[in-house]
Order: sequence, then C-alpha cells, then structure tokens
Amino acid sequence: MSTFIDGLSLGSIYALIALGYTMVYGIAKMLNFAHGDIIMVGSYAILTTLALNGHPLIAILAAIIVCTVLGVLIEKLAYKPLRGASPLAVLITAIGVSYLLQSVAQLIFGAQTRPISLVHFEPVVIGGVTISLSAIISLAVGALIMICLTLFIKFTKLGRAMIAVSEDRAAAKLMGINVNMIIMVTFAIGSALAAFASTFYVMQIPNTSPTLGSMPGIKAFTAAVIGGIGSIPGAMLGGVLMGVVEKISLSIPVLAPYTTALEFSLLIIILLVKPTGLLGKKRREKV
Amino acid sequence: MAGYFKSVKKGFKLKNYISYIVITVFLIVSAVMALTGYMNRSTQNLLTQIAYSIILAVSLNLVVGFLGELSLGHAGFMCVGAYLGCFLANYLHTIIPSKLAVLIISMIVGGAIAAVFGFIIGLPALRLKGDYLAIVTLAFGEIVRTIFKNQKIFGGALGLSTKKYGSDLFIVAFIVVLIMLVFIQNLVKSKHGRAITAIRDNEIAAKAMGINVTYYKLFVFVISAFFAGIAGVLYGHYATPVLYSFFSYNYSIEILVMVVLGSMGSINGSIIAAALITYINFQLTTKLSGDLAALKYLIYAIILIAIVIVNNAPALAPIKEKLSIKRLFNKVLGRFIKHKHDPAKRKDDEADWDRIPTKIDMDALLSLDVKPDTSYTPDKREEK
Amino acid sequence: MSEKYMLETQDLGISFGGLKAVQGIDLKIRKNQLYGLIGPNGAGKTTIFNLITGVYTPTTGRFFLDGEDLTGKKQEVINHKGIARTFQNIRLFNNMTVVSNVMVGLHNQKEFACSPFASMLRLPVHFESETKMRDRAKELLSIFGLEDERNNLACNLPYGKQRKLEIARALATNPKLLLLDEPAAGMNPNETEELMNTVRFIRDKFDMTILLIEHDLKFVSGLCDEVTVLNFGTSLYHGEVEKALHDPEVVKAYIGK
Repeated sequence: MSTFIDGLSLGSIYALIALGYTMVYGIAKMLNFAHGDIIMVGSYAILTTLALNGHPLIAILAAIIVCTVLGVLIEKLAYKPLRGASPLAVLITAIGVSYLLQSVAQLIFGAQTRPISLVHFEPVVIGGVTISLSAIISLAVGALIMICLTLFIKFTKLGRAMIAVSEDRAAAKLMGINVNMIIMVTFAIGSALAAFASTFYVMQIPNTSPTLGSMPGIKAFTAAVIGGIGSIPGAMLGGVLMGVVEKISLSIPVLAPYTTALEFSLLIIILLVKPTGLLGKKRREKV
Repeated sequence: MAGYFKSVKKGFKLKNYISYIVITVFLIVSAVMALTGYMNRSTQNLLTQIAYSIILAVSLNLVVGFLGELSLGHAGFMCVGAYLGCFLANYLHTIIPSKLAVLIISMIVGGAIAAVFGFIIGLPALRLKGDYLAIVTLAFGEIVRTIFKNQKIFGGALGLSTKKYGSDLFIVAFIVVLIMLVFIQNLVKSKHGRAITAIRDNEIAAKAMGINVTYYKLFVFVISAFFAGIAGVLYGHYATPVLYSFFSYNYSIEILVMVVLGSMGSINGSIIAAALITYINFQLTTKLSGDLAALKYLIYAIILIAIVIVNNAPALAPIKEKLSIKRLFNKVLGRFIKHKHDPAKRKDDEADWDRIPTKIDMDALLSLDVKPDTSYTPDKREEK
Repeated sequence: MSEKYMLETQDLGISFGGLKAVQGIDLKIRKNQLYGLIGPNGAGKTTIFNLITGVYTPTTGRFFLDGEDLTGKKQEVINHKGIARTFQNIRLFNNMTVVSNVMVGLHNQKEFACSPFASMLRLPVHFESETKMRDRAKELLSIFGLEDERNNLACNLPYGKQRKLEIARALATNPKLLLLDEPAAGMNPNETEELMNTVRFIRDKFDMTILLIEHDLKFVSGLCDEVTVLNFGTSLYHGEVEKALHDPEVVKAYIGK
C-alpha cells in the first residue's frame, strides 16, 4: 500500500513534467527535449535562493520565474528560427539545448550531487499506513493544476486560441491569431509547470545534480505518450501510471534492476500497439 | 570483362573515390610509421578511436541523412556488438591462437547480432516516424544497457573484461572503415540508394511508385546496426572492460553531432567530422579534468544548435544562398569556364548525390487531418 | 462478368468514423479508354483514387484490375500490379534530380533488377541496369520535353513541369492504368492544350487506359470518352461527356438550383 502511495507521489511529479511535454507537443508540434533540463535549472534556482538565506516560498517563486524566463528564452532563440523547418532539425536543436543546459549547470555548480533542504514534512500515519505529507501535497497540487489547465484551455480566449493553433496553425494565423505569441505562452506555461515539478522533486528527493532532469524527463515523455500526447488528462493518467509502475517494479527484488528497461519496454509496446496513447486522438495523413 | 571495366570507367568520377584514396594513403603512411616506431602509442590509440567513430558516424548517417529517420539508439547497437562480440572473442582466444582471426570472427558475429537487433528496432520504424521513432530508439539503447548491466556472465556492473588487441589495432580498424565505405557508398549511389532517398523525400509518393518501404527501412536499419556492432567489437578490443555506462544515449548523441557537423547525407562530411570530433575529444579529455570536462559537452551543444539553425532556418536561407562558398566559387570560375554549371549542359551523373538537405515536411503532415465535413454528408443532400 | 474491363469497381465505398465519404461506386473502364471523373469540390474524387491505389482500404465493395481482385492490397503491390497515379498536391522527390525521380519509378521493373548486394559490390549487373534505367528515363523525359532539365532538382522546376514530371514518373512504373489527379490544375490555357495532346499521345503510344480527375470541363470534354459525375460521394451520372453537361442533375450539382 505504501509502495502504491509512493508511486502515486512520484507519478504526480511525472504527471507535472508530462503536462509540460504534452502542451508543447500539442501546440508547437515539437518534442522539447530540454524540458527535463528546465526542471534541473529550477532545482538549482531553489538551491541558490536557499543558499542566500531565502525563504522556501521565495525559493519556489524564484524557480518559477527562472524556469519561465528560460523556457521563453529557449523558444525565442533556438526554436523560433526553425519554425517551418524539418522536424528533424528541430529535434536535433532541442537535444542541443538539453546538452547546453546540462553542461552550463555543470560548469557553474559542478558535477557532484548537492543536497537541498527545501522543506521537511513529518510523515503522517493514516489507517496504519505511513504516508509522506509531501506525496499528498504533490498529488493534490498536481490534480489542481490539471483542473486549472483544462479550465484555462476550455474557457479562456487564450486557451481557445491554443487549441486553434494546435489544430491548424496556418488557419489560426489567417484568423488573426498571433501564432508566435501563442507558442511563446505555451512554452511559458510548460516551463512554469516544470518549476512546480522541480519543487516537488526536491521535496521528495532532496538533492540535485546537472543530470537531474534527463531521466525523469524521458520517463515523463513516456508518460505523456502513454496517456496520449496532446491530451491533458492523458498526461496526468500516464504520469501516475508511470510512477506506480516504477515504484512497484522497484519493490520487487527480481524486477528492481530492470525497472528502467521495463518502463521503456512499456513505452515501445504502447507506441506500437496504440501510438495515439490511452486518451489521444487519431490523426490521419491526407493524400 | 572488358565491358565491365568500360562501364566502371564510364561512371568514374574522382570525387566519388577521393575518400578511399585519402584513407588508403593515410593508412599506409601511418602503418609504416607505427611499425617502424615513429608513432607513439597514444597517437595509435587516437587513430583507433577515429576509425571506430568514422564507422559509427557513417552508419548512422545512413539512417539519419539518407532514410531521414532520427535514431538515438546507435550506441545501443554498438553496445550489443561490443558485449556479445567480445564475449565470443574471450572464448575464441582459448581455442584460436591468432588474435587477428579472433578479431575478424568476433567482428562478423558481433555485427550480425547487432544487425538482428537492427531488424527488431526497424520494425517500429515502419509504424512510427520522427519524434516517436527517436524516442523508441533511445528507449531501446537504454533497455539494452540495463540488461547487460544486470547479467553476471557479462561482468555485471563491473563490465566485461576483454583482451586488448594491441596498439596496432588501428590498422585493422581502418581496413574495416575502407570495407564499410565500399559497401555504404556503393549502396547509396545505386538504385537502392535512390529508393531510400525517395522514401525520405516523400514516403507516400514512394509507396505509390511501388517502392517497398518496409523492405528498405528494415534494410537500412540492419546495415546500419551491423556496422555499429562491428564498431562495438573494435571498441571492445581497444578498451577494457566493456562497460554499460559508456553506451548511454549521450554517446548516441555524440555520434549524431558528428553526422550533423559533417552535414546530413554527406558521407565524406561524416568522415571528416568524426575524425575532427574524436580528435578534439581526445585532446580535451587529456587536458580538461573535473568539472571542466563539461566544456566538451558545451561545445557539442553549440555545434548542434548553431549548425542546425544556420542550415535549416527558413529566414536565413536567402542570406546563406548569398554567402555560399559554392556560389562564390562558381562566380569566380564562371569567368573562365562558361556553362559549366548550367544544368542543361551538365553531363549525366554530374548531379549532386551528396549534400541533399534532409527535409521531411512532418509539420504539414501533422497539421493535415481528414476530418468529416458535415456539409458533404449524403443526409444533408436529402434535406435539400 | 460479361465484358472484360480494365478497371471495374463494384459498390466501392469507404466511411470515416460513420461518415460515408464515398459509397456505391460502380466504375467500368474499358481498355484504352480515357475516362473522366468529375464533380464539385468534396465530392470524393480523390478519395476514390486513394481507394483504388490502396492508400485507404475500402469498407464496402471490391475493385478489379484487368479481372484481378486487388481489394485490400498494399499500395506498392497495387502499383506492381499496374496502377500508377499522380497527386493533386504534387508529391515529387524534391531533393532528387528530375532523372532520379523517373528512375525511382523504374525501380521495380524486372529488366532493371539488381539486388542491393550486387550494387554494394558493384557487380556487372549493377552497371548494366543503371545504364539501361538512365536511358529509359531519358526516353520518358523526352516525351514531356524535360530531357534538358534532367539534372535539375525536382523542386526547382516550374509548376507545370512538375506536373509533367509526375506523369512521367508514374508512367515509368509501367502501369496498365494511369490515374491523373487534376493534371491541368494551375496550368495556363496553352499548357492545358499541350497537356491534352500529351495525354492522348500517351494513350496511343503506350496503349494506356487513363482515368483522370479534372475540374476544367473543357479539358474533360475535349479529352474523355466517358465520364462519371460524382456528388456527395455517390455517382450522379455516367455516360458520354456531352450528355453529362446537359443532364439537369449534373447542372444542379454544379451550379445549384
């Protein structure tokens, strides 16, 4: 049972990252490989603020600001010039950005893992099961963000413009939607979500290193794909599923060393059997 | 027989053979230097590294540059070759005295097993494209690594210890490079290469023209994995132990950097870039220590981003056209040789095979969607 | 089957998620015929092409080429059996030369067979087939007056020539039935006139059966022996061109009431 709860809380982190992936993929039609590394930057922002004797809340705020600005900056400098170029080019650039962030972080902060003590919650015991409070908080916040995001997209002008851009960029442009602005906002939201993810990440695993983001990033992408890329509830579902699978697999001694392999096999199988994911829409090529 | 040579001569262009000539001359010179003791061990090691990097880069280029699919699992194929090929080599050493024979057999077997994996990973390539395929290949590489890490017979987390071949390994390695170049260049410049580039340019049209897309995609993945596997075996004979952590996706990306730097779809470019990056790498690893090692990755990152943006940004296209070296060259040359670059006056076969920009219009594909338009329904018609 | 048709479709139809895009299409095209498929936008003309070439699998009905049932076959197999097509929105291999585009079309013909390993090892058969392919490609290009452009990249050709190149490439696959999807779209009257002659020439020289989609009614009436008019995914009329243009139903579909 506690394994399951652990899985849920890890899953909520994956879900937050996956939300960022799914939004960017759905609207900008690109796999933002550097998304995981934005989380890493967020964790360093928290580390730095705390080192300067900042209050934990200020640290979280700093992470959000740094990540959002960084996300928009990356979009403007690296991805925007490539709008309309081949997706292969965009993907390779995204990989380049990911490398860039990692190496810059390593040059500044060093390769070693550094401890972060953001906040410490005493675990609570509910019905004989010990549950860490941070797990509950991250789950609740994750769900809240998902609901807000869904409402935002459904009921605001900006949100509807986002749907329009994701459906048909050219037509949206003709309807007077500022596509570049919409994509920028998407990146800003996605990166802000990454900041939340890094907050919860350091709450659960209180340390950071330059490669912090790469594995969770890939796993969260897997989660987004499993849920159906472009779908917000899908990202949430996929993320939670991924977290639970990981924790359960880790708790079984025979499977534990193969956990990564298991998760990736899950990705390959889902992509082959149902490439649109659990909640995704089908797209068809027009001839 | 005479007819054969005639046809070879007819299609002969120095440009196509320049890489063979340069590498052969280079190989002979350095082999002589090494055997007479004029070349130190460290340089010979560097040459071995360059050789297997070239194999990796050129074979990846076949997938990325010519087929137009991004593979981030090239290190995975190399890993398969390295572990299984060297495992076999360890056994063969006990029964065959000649180390060269052991190396050759293990290269062939390691390559073949990697090719089987190439086939397996090629299967998703039939259904998936672009980003999805990239992530599947990445996942494949990580899965392979994790499995080897947990197998006791392959040394587990300590890695598989192998018997080093000796510093003259680079001679064998460069001969392998030459053989690979013969295979891949000839493949690319044939009707099959044309079919592969046709799939890259427009898969739907290629199918409509009767090209067996399934066959060619699998074929490319198999060939590419085969050579990556061979590179793995070479690596295993150069470095010991063969350790799973070496084959992480970072290494796949390093190979991708070589391909991108050398320009996708250009084999000669891949060779030069592989040599260059390996050399820089070699120098940096000896000079930089600790956290400064990240500088290497920073350089990679900048290379990737800068090259891709300069080559692909639509806004930069006209500027690039103006500044292109080729254009400048033609301008200068055009004063002396008239009509040389008039396409109509060009001789056959003179068209550029290399340096075709890769462009898949995935964006257009994704944005198109067959949607039921209610205004066309038969029911509506009845209403009228 | 009393008479043998080059292409016969029986009750061919497809629905996308409950929507019947095309239904109940019965085409009967005789050998060496020039057959037109016309109709307003969205009538399902290109969808029929996609069905016949295997891009979509029909949900109802079957189709036969020269008496052979090809329903549900893969695109490349259908092409091997003898149906070649062009596309409404041109789909050339843009980064390849004009001559290479045609040579891709020649790829599967038996006389140019050469295994990948023969090519890799540069066996004599490689050179033989390459030379033969190139000669044949040049021959085909000369029909369309493209032989001087053969070493240009396909994407650098002007629009009209790109359309011609698509036809040349389709012809290179040695089809029994050629499907042309709006071949005259975007051409000026002179080019259209020239294209009409070329299409007739192809029919006569290659003994080809041609099915074409076109909006230009002048083009269709000047060229086709028989037409089928589509509207809302069903066939509205089929028969002679002249009569079609005076059929009240057809006029209504085009102009409205």
